[in-house]
Amino acid sequence: MGPAALKQSAPDADSSLVSASAVPRPLAGSGPVPVSESADGRRCLAILPAYNEAGCVGRVVDEIRAFEPSVEVLVVDDGSTDGTAAIAAAHGAKVVRLPFNLGIGGAVQTGYRYAYAHGHDVAVQIDADGQHDPSELGALLAPVLAGEADMVVGSRFAGRGAYRAPFLRRAGIRLFAWTVSRIVGQSVTDTTSGFRAVNRRGIALFAFEYAHDYPEVEAVVAMARSRLRVAEVGVLMRDRAEGRSSITAAGSVYYTVKVLLAILVALLRPSAALTEAA
Amino acid sequence: MTPLPVSIAAAAASLVLIGVVLELIRSRRLRERYALLWLLTGAVLLTLSLWRDGTNTIAGWAGVKSYPPAVLFAVGLMFVLLVLLHYATVISRLSDQNATLAQRLALLEEELRSAEEPLSRAVPLLEVHRGRARG
Repeated sequence: MGPAALKQSAPDADSSLVSASAVPRPLAGSGPVPVSESADGRRCLAILPAYNEAGCVGRVVDEIRAFEPSVEVLVVDDGSTDGTAAIAAAHGAKVVRLPFNLGIGGAVQTGYRYAYAHGHDVAVQIDADGQHDPSELGALLAPVLAGEADMVVGSRFAGRGAYRAPFLRRAGIRLFAWTVSRIVGQSVTDTTSGFRAVNRRGIALFAFEYAHDYPEVEAVVAMARSRLRVAEVGVLMRDRAEGRSSITAAGSVYYTVKVLLAILVALLRPSAALTEAA
Repeated sequence: MTPLPVSIAAAAASLVLIGVVLELIRSRRLRERYALLWLLTGAVLLTLSLWRDGTNTIAGWAGVKSYPPAVLFAVGLMFVLLVLLHYATVISRLSDQNATLAQRLALLEEELRSAEEPLSRAVPLLEVHRGRARG
């Protein structure tokens, strides 16, 4: 894959929402820079929350280890009943098994607690169902590794690919993107993407405070309220390989109301920079 | 038509309820997920308080003739029952999870205490505990 593939494709109609920080940095050389090169000895943890993903988790773990061998892979088994944990371990991932299902928020937070306790410098969230492409890791991690941002979100709407969700989902995503852009003071295009990376400050923030259900949007707001910098990088996501999305119609209503309430109330809390825990 | 004093008092109480719930969320003592029903209750009560003809209308549907503001109480009570029922399901789930955690913790502590005799992973834990010489 040459550097041309990493440049932003022709902006689509949504380009009004694309900020300068959403342009992937063109990288010198013949392809994506492996994380081990740019990491300078810094340790990166890939957090893979997994609930009954026995069909895909093995392949995802293989792909991450193939693309970025220096990244430690942690699969957080969220009370799976299909042997996900054993399969992940067999493919060489570190596995943490939760005693019962906590949901995506609880599972991911477990990963952040692990990263905090083990002193990782960077943590990246990757879905275990294959929707996030590990070959994009280099581009995703670049702004964090370069110290330009404390969190990078892989956005499906920042110019790469033509991701078209069903109408209602797209409307919901745009509603959140619009609201969060106002709150955060910069243009964000994809607040619900789980493909994101944070540095040590973000790890410290999320290890101790992370929403239990539908956490992605609130996490971006929490970063901004702690005066941490958020950037976006355009990424291509693949279709889910197996299984179905867990969000129902009623769930969508609850999701929207709950998240809007949470981020509006977040505005009432003081905006303060994180102090480094002793 | 709801008497004006009743309407004002009910509206004030609804606003206080909503305000208290929002403050509890803000100070992280109440999670949004458990606050939603309360906020809905507050919103419905506020609407009914301000829509003074509303109590008459709904009282008419329900066949309440002597004191239409009774509708306010009935609706409020219904919502509170709903919230209590919701919380009962939450408590049930938390109890189950709590029991699981207690059990796993106890087993984990036992494993640590007898680290000099490492448990064989292949043997079901139950059999090992029964057969152990040191109880």
